[in-house]
Amino acid sequence: MDLGIDLGPHASFIWSAYGVVALVIAGLIVRLVLDGREQERRLAELAARGVRRRSAGRS
Amino acid sequence: MQTLTQRLANPTRFMELSASVLPWISAAAAVIIGYGLYLAFYVAPPDYQQGETARIMFIHVPCAWLSMAVYSIIAMSAFGFLVFRHPLADVSAKAAVPLGAAFTFLALVTGSLWGRPTWGTYWVWDARLTSVLILFFLYLGLMALRSSIEDESLASKLTAILALVGIVMLPIIKFSVDFGNTLHQPASVIRVGGPTIDASLLIPLLVMAVGFTLMFVAMHLKAMRNEIMRRRVRAMQLAEVERAQAAQLAAAE
Repeated sequence: MDLGIDLGPHASFIWSAYGVVALVIAGLIVRLVLDGREQERRLAELAARGVRRRSAGRS
Repeated sequence: MQTLTQRLANPTRFMELSASVLPWISAAAAVIIGYGLYLAFYVAPPDYQQGETARIMFIHVPCAWLSMAVYSIIAMSAFGFLVFRHPLADVSAKAAVPLGAAFTFLALVTGSLWGRPTWGTYWVWDARLTSVLILFFLYLGLMALRSSIEDESLASKLTAILALVGIVMLPIIKFSVDFGNTLHQPASVIRVGGPTIDASLLIPLLVMAVGFTLMFVAMHLKAMRNEIMRRRVRAMQLAEVERAQAAQLAAAE
């Protein structure tokens, strides 16, 4: 990889470290966003069927 | 009358507040990490001893700090849940565990990749590395314990107790470089007498640490929101089943 930076003979270690961090963080963000969408979808489905939580009151 | 903490810790109020601050915290984290990466690669000079490999520090150290900071949050949340019985404290603890495990994993991997060119080895069984590995297993243990118990209330209590017992790892990790025989360098930022790192490396490191911390806060808020919604879904499903059973009983009579 060349971004105008010469990282010397150990460049592969440096890029690998940054690559692993980027991959894991991207994975966490994708998982959080998808999980959030799934929960919102399930809540909307239940609400559309007229289901309410007991704590939300029986109004 | 509710106290301020009670008002803020109300799940509905939390959902409203977190929805409004989450985009701002996420954007701030992205901007600060972007600036930190610019400083790390284009402004910070190579270290006089380690050369270019010291640039791994700018991601390794924030991950290592977070691995312990996240555990402190989990332990405080566990305490809040066990003592004050607040469900939002349990939500906070549950949401933080996978994030803490991820940052601990990253601290171990980036440390290993830094160790090979610096020490000549990926791994040594010394006090610092081994204690961080145990912390990683502790995170996995918290996840495994919670998922292995079907009764959610019992799972929350037992996980909280394990989280509080595990806090003993934090001082062991912090002081392992002082009392143990280790290749790992001693504390060079948070230490009595001030940092020993030159400002040209310290400033990018602190910028990255602030960026990573904000990123964790954003992830934690999002994970807590997801968990609250998951619990609402479960409560609604339960209410639906109960309503159906009541209707069946009424029809049978």
